[in-house]
Amino acid sequence: MLPCTGRIDESLLLKAFENGADGVMVIGCLEGDCHYVNGNIRARARVQRVYTILGQINIGPDRVRMYNLSAGEGAKFAAFANEFVEKIEELGPSPVNVSRAAAHQKSSQEVEQ
Amino acid sequence: MITGTPKPIEEIMAMVEPYDNIIVAGCFGCVTVCRVGGDKEVQVLASTLRLAREAQGKKIEIREVCLERQCDPEYLEVMRPYVEDHQAVLSIACGAGIQFLAEKFTITPVLPGINTGFLGVTERQGEWAERCQGCGDCVLHLTGGICPVTRCAKSIFHGPCGGSVSGKCEVSKDVACGWQLIIDRLKALDQMENYGKLKPYKGWDSSRDGGPRRIIREDMI
Repeated sequence: MLPCTGRIDESLLLKAFENGADGVMVIGCLEGDCHYVNGNIRARARVQRVYTILGQINIGPDRVRMYNLSAGEGAKFAAFANEFVEKIEELGPSPVNVSRAAAHQKSSQEVEQ
Repeated sequence: MITGTPKPIEEIMAMVEPYDNIIVAGCFGCVTVCRVGGDKEVQVLASTLRLAREAQGKKIEIREVCLERQCDPEYLEVMRPYVEDHQAVLSIACGAGIQFLAEKFTITPVLPGINTGFLGVTERQGEWAERCQGCGDCVLHLTGGICPVTRCAKSIFHGPCGGSVSGKCEVSKDVACGWQLIIDRLKALDQMENYGKLKPYKGWDSSRDGGPRRIIREDMI
């Protein structure tokens, strides 16, 4: 967890996918309400760039999304989290994880033989 | 600074296609400032390539490095101990750095990850504009600090051409006429007498016309 979405950069989001995430949701403060003035606005631009990258490399852009919430909106947070998880379940495992699973299965079969 | 733009990822993917063990090399110089080839961009490009490869069911090992400068030999030496352990180097420095890297490590293919742009300035975050073409014979003291070689699309030296309309250049309505800028600036500085001091012709022998250039400072050798 980061204290401000302004700390997020593209490489952190991509690392999450490298580490096996099927989807990454970024939750920042409401726009115009950043304690550090524009951290969440910067995060929005960075998430947008990762969205573009994921589309270009056929991972699927919809696997990353940014939401804006205030700290008092617990119910909304839960609703957004459920919505995002449903979306990712609909998309299925990322092509990276599909490929890793296939490689793992293949190596397991080779060991059995 | 020297500016640049990232190459499309599809183009980079095609370049690295034959390799599965490469170095992605950035530079802490100009390309870090214009956000195209610094440490962060190395991390993003390396992650992007690894993810793209894995999505295709293939893997690629990438060593990430960002050198102080790729245009100075002592910094390139940092890579010497391990460069030959890799099949290629994908450099996201400027064209000068990429070429110097290729000169120093002759048996390892060096690939360009960016398209080098121009000598320019940051007008605002995310927007850079050309200011110098390195012609080797600066006249900015006579032109109010505005370069006729760079700011005039024709690089002419005798004032605005017939294509200058309402302060705009004929190449685009978005491009200011360099000579109109110069005249306006000279008037503001009360230096219009400089307008007549310009050379009747511009010698280009100190520019690119003489082929690749070299500066030798005997006092520093």
